[in-house]
Amino acid sequence: MAIKVKVVERPIEDVSYVRATLKGMALTVKHLFDVQGRVTTQYPEEKSPISPRWRGTHRMLTTETGKARCVACGLCPTVCPANCIKLVPGEDEEGNRYPLVFEIDEFRCIFCGYCQEVCPEEAIHVGRHYENSEYSREGFVYDLQRLMDQTHPVCEMWDPEDPKGE
Amino acid sequence: MSVIHGFPALLQAADPNLPPVSGMAFFIFTIVKMIIIFTIYMVGVAMLTLAERKISAWIQDRHGPNRVGKGWLQPAADGLKNFMKEETMPEGVNKPLFVLAPILSFIPALTAWCVIPFGAPWPTRWGRIDLVVADLPVGFLFILAITSLGVYGIVLAGWSSNNKYALLGGLRSSAQMVSYEISLGMSTIPVLLLAGNVSLNSIINQQAWGGWNVVNLTVAFFIFMVAAFAETNRLPFDLPEAESELIAGYHTEYSAMKFSLFFIAEYASMVTQSALMATLFFGGWDVPFTAHDNIGPYSKWLSLLSIGIFLTKILFFLFVFMWVRWTLPRFRYDQLMSLGWKFMLPLALAYIVLIAAVLLGLSAAGIDEGYMYAAILGSVNLGVIIILFVILDRGRIISPAYGRMHPREIERLRQLDKQLEKRRPIPAEAGS
Repeated sequence: MAIKVKVVERPIEDVSYVRATLKGMALTVKHLFDVQGRVTTQYPEEKSPISPRWRGTHRMLTTETGKARCVACGLCPTVCPANCIKLVPGEDEEGNRYPLVFEIDEFRCIFCGYCQEVCPEEAIHVGRHYENSEYSREGFVYDLQRLMDQTHPVCEMWDPEDPKGE
Repeated sequence: MSVIHGFPALLQAADPNLPPVSGMAFFIFTIVKMIIIFTIYMVGVAMLTLAERKISAWIQDRHGPNRVGKGWLQPAADGLKNFMKEETMPEGVNKPLFVLAPILSFIPALTAWCVIPFGAPWPTRWGRIDLVVADLPVGFLFILAITSLGVYGIVLAGWSSNNKYALLGGLRSSAQMVSYEISLGMSTIPVLLLAGNVSLNSIINQQAWGGWNVVNLTVAFFIFMVAAFAETNRLPFDLPEAESELIAGYHTEYSAMKFSLFFIAEYASMVTQSALMATLFFGGWDVPFTAHDNIGPYSKWLSLLSIGIFLTKILFFLFVFMWVRWTLPRFRYDQLMSLGWKFMLPLALAYIVLIAAVLLGLSAAGIDEGYMYAAILGSVNLGVIIILFVILDRGRIISPAYGRMHPREIERLRQLDKQLEKRRPIPAEAGS
């Protein structure tokens, strides 16, 4: 059990407090007058760009006639790991299925995007949107009309052929 | 007096031997001075919080507060918030002391201002008004006495809060302030030696004739500045607060306006210390490169100019306070103590002896105050600074993270290591 004494002979520049202080003060004053170097984004006025694959709150796409593209197949409530989609299917006179009730609880949602991936009609999408404040918890349960009314761009899914999105 | 008549009156130079105002006029003008100073001081302190946030933001490549009235109304918004907030009174606090502490830390910083002269005398038809609230003959001693009371507020806050972190902050603060107060007092003795008087006006007058003390007594200025940083609990001496160790130190348990008072007290004492640095070492309100302004003839323009010059000097030192705060990290406790006791105090004492000897030599050589006088003192200071920088600034001023060891001690440990190496059993060879 030997005492290993490691003595580092540091140069004066490294142990001098005054020199280090002056160097530091010069650096800070350089930043003080560096008006171009300010990096803060003035948030409500300007927004940082978000990824095209950003998964935010949902949006239901519509057909040309203004109806929801959803055919109430039930795949999205099945695949949803958070169990946040409530779907009651209905059928009209011509035998077309449509959702009687389609509700997404955005509080339960984990924004995995499986619903968009699984949808055969490309009806439900997660969107590129993140400003979701509400005054009540009930406000976060989006019904079908509300999902259809959303106008924000939808998430572009990851393409294995083009992994970098070019 | 109408505006038209008032304007030429400003230019008019008054009689140099104008007597000071007396009687009822003195009483009224003193009250007016008190009200004006208090108002400007409080508004200034509020704007300083904004300046601090802006400067910190700019140093850190941010924009700083720019929402409430483009940022200018931020102090008003802060004040409003602090008035509206709940006054918490934690369980187990010593109520009278808990309430008294913020007041006690606030009053001394404010009181010290009443003896600081802030401008050349203002001539009126009633007589000469000295631009100082109370021209005490013991001016500087009064400031030393009053500013040292500031520690009571912090210690009482730490004690009465019934909180271990607050108590630790209070303890650290008392140790720090007591340690650095000695250096602070000692560093000003050369100034008093030069001026031959403790009244602040005579210190300013001496600098108008004999050059600023920052040239004459550079080392004393640096000691004073470091001690002033410690006295105001600003970084790198903010051990009483030490967010990362003590939550917020002595004001952990305070909320709303009581907390705000501590904040105001910190900035108020910053202003006071800046004013002291300007007065003691940078010629106070003295207009640079002129000497006639201190004897008259007085005019109102000269008074306004000297007030402006004094404010500029104060603002410069306040900027240095903030600049240093956002540059330097906090000292370790042992560094704080060794800097105060093992470096600054001996240096200040040795410096008093040196300056006293030089002054004695100068008076024996018959050199009067003037350029020659300042040049000799300045070169002595330059020599001292070079010696300090070359000899002491090698990890001796602020001890580094690794311990310093005498070369002999290192050699002893190395020998010990060699002996133990010999005694160590030879490791068995693998496979034998």
